[in-house]
Amino acid sequence: MNLLLEISNNALAVTATLTGIGLVFAALLIAKLISPKSYSVKKSEPYECGIPTRGKSMIQFKAGYYIFAILFLIFDVETVFLYPWSVVMRSLGPQGLLCIGIFMFVLIMGLAYAWRKGALQWK
Amino acid sequence: MFNFGIWTSEFNNFLMGFLPEWATVLVECVVIALLVLLTYTVLALFYILYERKLCAWFQCRLGPMRVGKWGLLQVFADMFKILVKELISLKDTDRFLFKLAPYLVITSSVVMLACLPWGNGLQIIDYNIGIFFILAVSSVGVLGILLAGWASNNKYTLIGAMRSGAQMISYELSLGLALMTIIVMSGTMNINELVWAQDKAWFIFRGHIPAVIAFLIYIVAATAETNRGPFDLPEAEHELTAGYHTEYSGIHFGFFYLAEYLNLFIVSGIASLMFLGGWMPLHIPGWEGFNNVMNYIPSIVWFLGKSFFVSYVIIWFKWTFPRVRIDQMLSFEWKYLMPLSLFNLILMAVIVAFGWHF
Repeated sequence: MNLLLEISNNALAVTATLTGIGLVFAALLIAKLISPKSYSVKKSEPYECGIPTRGKSMIQFKAGYYIFAILFLIFDVETVFLYPWSVVMRSLGPQGLLCIGIFMFVLIMGLAYAWRKGALQWK
Repeated sequence: MFNFGIWTSEFNNFLMGFLPEWATVLVECVVIALLVLLTYTVLALFYILYERKLCAWFQCRLGPMRVGKWGLLQVFADMFKILVKELISLKDTDRFLFKLAPYLVITSSVVMLACLPWGNGLQIIDYNIGIFFILAVSSVGVLGILLAGWASNNKYTLIGAMRSGAQMISYELSLGLALMTIIVMSGTMNINELVWAQDKAWFIFRGHIPAVIAFLIYIVAATAETNRGPFDLPEAEHELTAGYHTEYSGIHFGFFYLAEYLNLFIVSGIASLMFLGGWMPLHIPGWEGFNNVMNYIPSIVWFLGKSFFVSYVIIWFKWTFPRVRIDQMLSFEWKYLMPLSLFNLILMAVIVAFGWHF
């Protein structure tokens, strides 16, 4: 049951999104109006313990995070397959359980492979 | 139980009496937006005080005491101060992404807040894939954090954002699997139906062992998802200054601060929805008198009480456990929590298939 029965969920979701955007926009507007403004070269430097930054900051970065992101991508897509199954699980009965058991077995083997290959090792 | 839907449908009928249909919908949308905004602000203020007071009590201090009675007005002073601080513009930042990041973080938490069931008939967005929708929206928040770190043109923020991204995406898996364990038992993802399914007893009692394990996994994963407690690596202040929001100043920083506290409330709200019955009072099968007494307590009190309790536990973690290292954190998720939650899901599926739960 919704708060108000007449409005569709999509309209409510759009309302909530616009509320969030409106909140940020309004607060920024108020802050811009009442906050002080000043400019100095030192102030616009990136913060780094008082020493000037060496080189660029938007650099290519440690590959360790990248491997975890790829692993996440694989597992997240597979968990998306599990969601519909979990809803209809009762009506599928033991046969559905067997099928998803095979699917889960492949999933766990994937994790075991990544583990064995050392992808989970932080280097 | 009192159904708040009576009030809202009264209001709807009242508006329909003298307005055309499109105007009614428009007025109702504006009212909902204002209500959500008010709730968001009040909850954020409450949570800042709650955390400050609790952390003080855990350390045998008093916490803020000067402004107002027991320091109750301290948060208003802080918020006003943050609002009047200067918004420093930096050179070499990616301006568009730098300004976009707070929008993503705040909007995702507002939409998640609008999905929670506040009481009987007090719910705004009610998709039939409710819980899945919440998880999907929560991923947008991660995007905001990654953008904030990248666009700031600072090495601290870059490392903080990468850590935060790796942590949040990793723990999202076991979070999702823990929630899926409950979906297997209930057979629905609709939030309202999930609450009504706990009419006899809460899911944590109905699903016994796997539900309790799922609850524990969920609490750990939720602590990591909100970047709190022993998992606050993205903000490890002795290494990274303030992590991904180092370069944000004034109200820009305030947005990340607000979203962090609101995310704490939202994960507690989901825990109370999925495991502790949402707004459903404590019902014990067979004890009719007891159940009737419990029904007299309003549903919104139940929901807020459970959520604040779960938040209390998560704040308690923060002041009890020392911070972990990044490799410890990632290996804990991928080598222990993730296989455990997969096996727990299979266990729950077997239990449900053979009808061994209540």
